[in-house]
Amino acid sequence: MTQISRRRLITTGIAAAAGVSGVAVAATLARRHGLIPPDSSGIYGPGETLTYAAQRLLGSRAMAREFSPSQISEKPFANEVDPLGDEFNRLQAANFVDWKMTVDGMAARPTTFSLAEIRSFPTSSHITMIGCEEGWTYIAEWGGVPLSYILDRVGALPQVRYVVYRSFQKGWWESIDMADALHPQTLIAHRMNGADLPVPFGGPLRLRVPRQLGYKSVKYITRLTLTDSLKAFGKGLGSSAPEAGYAWYAGI
Amino acid sequence: MNATLPIAERDLVQPTTTPAVTEAKRHTALVRVTHWLATFAFLALLVSGGEIVLSHPRFYWGETGNVNMHPWLNLHLPSSRDTVPTGYGYVLPDQNGWSRYLHFQAAWVALATGLLYVIWGFFAGHFRRNLLPASLKGIGTSIIEHLRFKRPGVEGAWSYNVLQRITYLLVIFVLFPLMIWTGLAMSFGFDAAFPLPVRLLGGHQTARSLHFIVTILLVLFLLIHVVMIFVAGFWARMRAMITGRADHVGTAASAVRRSEATPAPEISEGVTR
Repeated sequence: MTQISRRRLITTGIAAAAGVSGVAVAATLARRHGLIPPDSSGIYGPGETLTYAAQRLLGSRAMAREFSPSQISEKPFANEVDPLGDEFNRLQAANFVDWKMTVDGMAARPTTFSLAEIRSFPTSSHITMIGCEEGWTYIAEWGGVPLSYILDRVGALPQVRYVVYRSFQKGWWESIDMADALHPQTLIAHRMNGADLPVPFGGPLRLRVPRQLGYKSVKYITRLTLTDSLKAFGKGLGSSAPEAGYAWYAGI
Repeated sequence: MNATLPIAERDLVQPTTTPAVTEAKRHTALVRVTHWLATFAFLALLVSGGEIVLSHPRFYWGETGNVNMHPWLNLHLPSSRDTVPTGYGYVLPDQNGWSRYLHFQAAWVALATGLLYVIWGFFAGHFRRNLLPASLKGIGTSIIEHLRFKRPGVEGAWSYNVLQRITYLLVIFVLFPLMIWTGLAMSFGFDAAFPLPVRLLGGHQTARSLHFIVTILLVLFLLIHVVMIFVAGFWARMRAMITGRADHVGTAASAVRRSEATPAPEISEGVTR
């Protein structure tokens, strides 16, 4: 009996040591390859890191499912937003001719684009599903400028790792990694179902990230900032979502 | 003889009058550890999942579903979102942030635990020896005994009955895999990389509906499982699943475990290790 116990003790010890060093090696590798999300601290960090790393390893270039025109939702649902204020109403009354989107940060040519300029850029469109973290979904055709085109246009520096984006809505800001920022389906969307993007759905400009939940597709985009680190933004958790208790990565 | 992930429901030994008493091992360490890891993970998933449902307590078939569409199932519960027409005059506080964090972390624990258990189970012959029913003979009697809450006798002490074996196999190889499948099919990132699982199910909202239905089935299993533990003798079963030891002589009568009650070949696994 004691021999069995000793053998088992040694085996367990070796297994535990292997496990601990395995985790340490995995963590180092994950950090080196950008597989650690900015909200990885705290008790839910391990789960978040596993989810983010697993999805990035399994298919960082994978395309979101696209649907046929017949599958477009007849009655899409626009989640409510807080009142946008007088300034927004004034811009809307003028058909958003004065809407601007600034791109700054680690760019060779930081630029402020007018809505007309953005609309004149080459557009791409896809019929994809948008899903809320609450559980509901709808399908729509989204059209706009691929974010990668904008990044090219401003001369994004090679060390850029994240794109931070801000909304006209105060306090709303998000960020995505380059796997999503350079993804062909990630758009600065200004069209929906063949018309200008309606205000309840984020018009005039919405950053559409179809491989993540709706809360990453921020409405009323006013500014993009290219950066190599999220530490200096807000509380350093990557976006306003983790500051409100929600995960930064919303691919699940 | 060895038990499996869920707590045994019929393997309690009634006290016997045999004077020779030895202690015997009922559950291996791996079974016990994975059983309780799965228990905690399941409870965390249940609480957080229930909370997430409250943000939209309606279910749809197909790909899409929202408050502009007709649900096949409306739970008629209050919601944590004022956009959901519940008929209640109030809105619950939004708890989705930590619920989602907890849900996915617990899902990883459940997945890792399940993989460890299933891989071990195949290599150790656990499923073949302890869970695969030799025949379906006696299933009728077994069902009647269960319905009468008949306390298991000595002959059922070290082995699961046929109904129990089928139930555990269904939970391990059908319900849990379905849970993982339907859960992953709701992930936009996963669907992009692997669209087949969600396509086979028939859409995102179908996956969500099935995830809910399988949850109900697992909760039913949990309730019956716990009731059966009480029928068989709560403390004896808890001790077996916590310490691995079946009993100590002289403690509560229901906990008395005799090795004589055990056909020798059936305990081999626990003892030889």
